[in-house]
Amino acid sequence: MSRLLVPALLTLVVLLFVASLLIGPAAVPVADSLSALIRGDGGPMTLVMRELRLPRAVLATAIGAGLGLSGAVMQGYLRNPLAEPGLLGVSGAAALGAVLALQTGLAAAMALALPLAGLGGAFAAVLVLALLAGPAGGALTLILAGIGVSALAGAGLALVLNLSPDPFAAQEIVFWLMGSLADRSWSHVALALPFVVLGCALLLTQARALSALTLGEDAAASMGVSLGRLRGVVLLGTAAVVGGATAVAGSIGFIGLMVPHMLRRATHGDPARLLPVSALGGAAMLLAADIAVRLILPGRDLKLGVLLAILGAPFFLLLILRTRFAQNA
Amino acid sequence: MLALVFGTGAAGAQTTPPARVVSMNLCTDQLALMLAAPGQLVSGSYLAHDGVVAPLRDAARSLPANRGLAEEIYLLQPDLVLAGRYSTVATVAMLQRLGVPVIRFEPEYSLDDIEDALAQMGTALGRETEAEALIADFRDDRARLAAYQAQVRAGTEVPRAVLYSARGWTGGSNTLSGDILRAAGLRNLADEMGFEWGGMVALETLLMADPDRLILGQPARNPEGWSEARALLHHPALRHSRAFRAGVAANDRDWVCGTPFVLDAVARLIDETTP
Repeated sequence: MSRLLVPALLTLVVLLFVASLLIGPAAVPVADSLSALIRGDGGPMTLVMRELRLPRAVLATAIGAGLGLSGAVMQGYLRNPLAEPGLLGVSGAAALGAVLALQTGLAAAMALALPLAGLGGAFAAVLVLALLAGPAGGALTLILAGIGVSALAGAGLALVLNLSPDPFAAQEIVFWLMGSLADRSWSHVALALPFVVLGCALLLTQARALSALTLGEDAAASMGVSLGRLRGVVLLGTAAVVGGATAVAGSIGFIGLMVPHMLRRATHGDPARLLPVSALGGAAMLLAADIAVRLILPGRDLKLGVLLAILGAPFFLLLILRTRFAQNA
Repeated sequence: MLALVFGTGAAGAQTTPPARVVSMNLCTDQLALMLAAPGQLVSGSYLAHDGVVAPLRDAARSLPANRGLAEEIYLLQPDLVLAGRYSTVATVAMLQRLGVPVIRFEPEYSLDDIEDALAQMGTALGRETEAEALIADFRDDRARLAAYQAQVRAGTEVPRAVLYSARGWTGGSNTLSGDILRAAGLRNLADEMGFEWGGMVALETLLMADPDRLILGQPARNPEGWSEARALLHHPALRHSRAFRAGVAANDRDWVCGTPFVLDAVARLIDETTP
């Protein structure tokens, strides 16, 4: 079964990617949409396919993959099943960084400032979490640190957006906290994609080190794993993925929590194998969620975070319950 | 003799125009600035300092601004408060409880409504004559503009236009913006998309409707902060559309309130949508 996992997930991602291209407020026959996409007759359908739906699907795939992967890495590195960038405030801190870059005009002066500020926010949050509740810290410390970081980031976000002279900014707290891929463009892809891809590449290099870490820090060190290097790469990789993704799509939570759990049994809990499949699973889940928000409330821009939290929060509670039973047993 | 003086004073109180008027709504600010006697208006809303049309801005800035809080308005000791239909309900209720007379103005949904608003403001301020003169001018300008529009559009196909503002808001023909489009001789696509009263249109729906002309709201600008809502107007898909390349018209502050300045917006719109 586990041998078929990668091809099955790949097929799923491709199917969902195509479905994402075919779904939108303008109901156009499948053949017409695809021919408008590929041939390009210069009409409005080509514009819609190439400049609205394609970048949206590309972003969903890349961001989903990045979030699935960084969730798996954080869980592996912190050796804690409850770790996830959205839940622990890493995404919130990245959103705060991005919003600061936008409101101060830094992002207008230099486009790269936006993802870099997102990265900075995410890096600061991951660093705080790793210092407070690194491999030695327990689940409780991690969750409490996460609550602290989340609360601080959320308050900062609300403050900055409320102080903005733009009357619409304050209403966008929802976008930054819940995430959305509506009306994203190629310029968003160009900003986020390099960071997400680079971050994913960094994280994937640590698959073996994370496998070794399952045996404990001392064992991993005796197997030649440099713990300092591992920590540095995990911090930087996660920050790049979450920072880049959040800067253009807001904080999208729970993907990094749910996906690795769903795939852990199929990969026998081995991080080296879990990491790549979590990326595929994350891409599939975000594509599916982004299709669902368009089907449930067409044209109303239902935020991704709403849907993912409705699915993800009960999942999280279940995990807490299971962790408690495991401790009591 | 004394009784007579007191008597006329008391009887005159009904007809004496209010001496200290406070406006707490951007649109009543503008109507009042146009009609009030010197010194009659003692404070306007804080929005008026930069939100009103250019000809009224200096007059608005010479007045102290209020943020529409019951306490600050009460302390100005007004004998009349002008509010909009949708001004803070709690504030208006509080002022009325404190015995301050409040007149609420309905928003204007058409050019005709502007005449009614001018007349209502004239009555409220005791400036009926001035209001009548303004209404007469407004009618003349409208007639001239209609003739100009007919002349410009003669022999050409009516352009299909659509308004697009922050968050994707568009105005249908039942709104003041829609009436501005009509007066400029444009066919409003919002109606065909089912938004006679206006609403949020997905960018994809807008592009598929393939308008001839776009009338865009104020885009995101650096000194005004940033919002995704207005960044939408910078979307490359919008900028690469046929309508955008044909040249866009701007939906600016002249469009916001139902005042005679709306005719300036109509005149500009006619020129901006003529090839």
